[in-house]
Amino acid sequence: MRAQAKQRIAFTVLFIINLLVIVPVALLVIFIAVKGWRAVNWQFLFAFPSNGMRAGGIFPAIVGTFYLVAGSLVVTLPLGVLAAIYLYEYAGNSRLSRIINLAIINLAGVPSVVYGLFGLSLFVITLKMGVSIIAGALTLAIMNIPLVITASREALSSVPHSFREVSYSLGVSKWQTIRHAVLPYALPGILTGAILAVARAAGETAPILFTVAAFYLPQLPKSIFDQAMALPYHLYIISTQIPNISESIRYGTALVLVALVLSMNLFAVVIRSRFRKKKKW
Amino acid sequence: MVRIKIKAEALDIRFAQVRALKAVNIEVMRNEILSVIGPANSGKTTFLRALNRMNDLNPDFKMAGNIFIDGEDIYGGMNVNLLRKRVGMIFALPMPLPMSISDNISYGPRMHGIRDKKRLADIVEESLRSAYLWDEVKDRLYLSALKLSGGQQQRLCIARTLAIEPEVVLFDEPCSGLDPISTAKVEEAIFKLKERYTIVLVTNNVKQAARVGERTAFFLNGELIELGGTEKIFTAPKDMRTEDYIRGKFG
Repeated sequence: MRAQAKQRIAFTVLFIINLLVIVPVALLVIFIAVKGWRAVNWQFLFAFPSNGMRAGGIFPAIVGTFYLVAGSLVVTLPLGVLAAIYLYEYAGNSRLSRIINLAIINLAGVPSVVYGLFGLSLFVITLKMGVSIIAGALTLAIMNIPLVITASREALSSVPHSFREVSYSLGVSKWQTIRHAVLPYALPGILTGAILAVARAAGETAPILFTVAAFYLPQLPKSIFDQAMALPYHLYIISTQIPNISESIRYGTALVLVALVLSMNLFAVVIRSRFRKKKKW
Repeated sequence: MVRIKIKAEALDIRFAQVRALKAVNIEVMRNEILSVIGPANSGKTTFLRALNRMNDLNPDFKMAGNIFIDGEDIYGGMNVNLLRKRVGMIFALPMPLPMSISDNISYGPRMHGIRDKKRLADIVEESLRSAYLWDEVKDRLYLSALKLSGGQQQRLCIARTLAIEPEVVLFDEPCSGLDPISTAKVEEAIFKLKERYTIVLVTNNVKQAARVGERTAFFLNGELIELGGTEKIFTAPKDMRTEDYIRGKFG
């Protein structure tokens, strides 16, 4: 009886702790949704800001964020996945791979504002890209590389070693083995890394502060060398720099940002579960 | 035609500090089934994995001595992928890849550049027939291989190895996870294979060696203690240790 009572207490405690994790997330979404949903309509989504951002929509900021996320993913995914393949499948436990691992850990610990300054000095000034989408996307990409590498490496290591052995035993080369007997099964895990990278690229303000973000632009960017508005920066501006702005616009913007990130996540989760179903073992 | 298919000379293998094989000299004849018996850690699996260079995957692996297949030194500049194509291997546990039965079989041939769908289908059928699995799976070739029973999975793995048209097939305790009926089916498949292939069968089941092998080698602590006709090994072994092992006094 006492053991059972103890077990019940333990389960109750664990259950409450889990509730504590869900509650803040739910509260955050509900809070933002309740305060912001009135502002969100077609015009808000597809019009330019007007009257000094106090009216109109946030279309250019949505587009800008979209460009930045896509641009950073195009760079960070191949780079991160290939680096992970090299590190996990080829490098072994050499001195070089230990140094690279150390670099990755340190890179992951760098505050995002430092990435912003780094992007400013390297891409914007030294490489003469100017304050532009490409400079911002590259800065975000570098910020996300450790994340993608770590997730991809985890994914590779979760593929049973026996798959590789079987493939080698059939005389299949190392690269073909990785390509056909390992990567397809690591894909769900790699996608998890991509999801996290998307969310971070869409949400971070500091890295884009000096590298791409514009206070206000009367038109959409025409090339990757143009400045762009972006949702997190726009939110920061209308929350701190613009007096007499209605609360619903601020929370509406936040709601759109959260919804955008969540829907991109959802999209990736759906793809991932599709893959999982097909490639289960 | 030379009768000797595989010849190992003074084969000495270490993994880091552990000496797994000690100066082993052994020959495998063409189209024979050589059973290799011995207790755990006797070096029998290490010997087997030396023949298709799977030991190379272990970074601590060090080897001295030579292994020849058809007189060619397998460590003397031979392409390791081509070697493994000639010397196929079946592992202790059935290891189907998480794909369909058909894709499992055609995996090797596809990786070796065969694209033609008809030809791949022929290979799949032929290999499954050789492994005595065709009749059981011919209606569900596109079902996941993981849905098969353990014994069927192991025969699938045999078929997958046969699909790359090896000359030698290495079996590493292929029935250790199977029930007696599945074991019997796998053994039957192995027995029939010797007409076309040279077979080395490592087993920790002494009775299996007696049933299947024509010659039997007994390994102990990394040494080849005795090698001879299976009948002779089981009825009148020369070495006391062989007799003790076969009688089940240790192991």
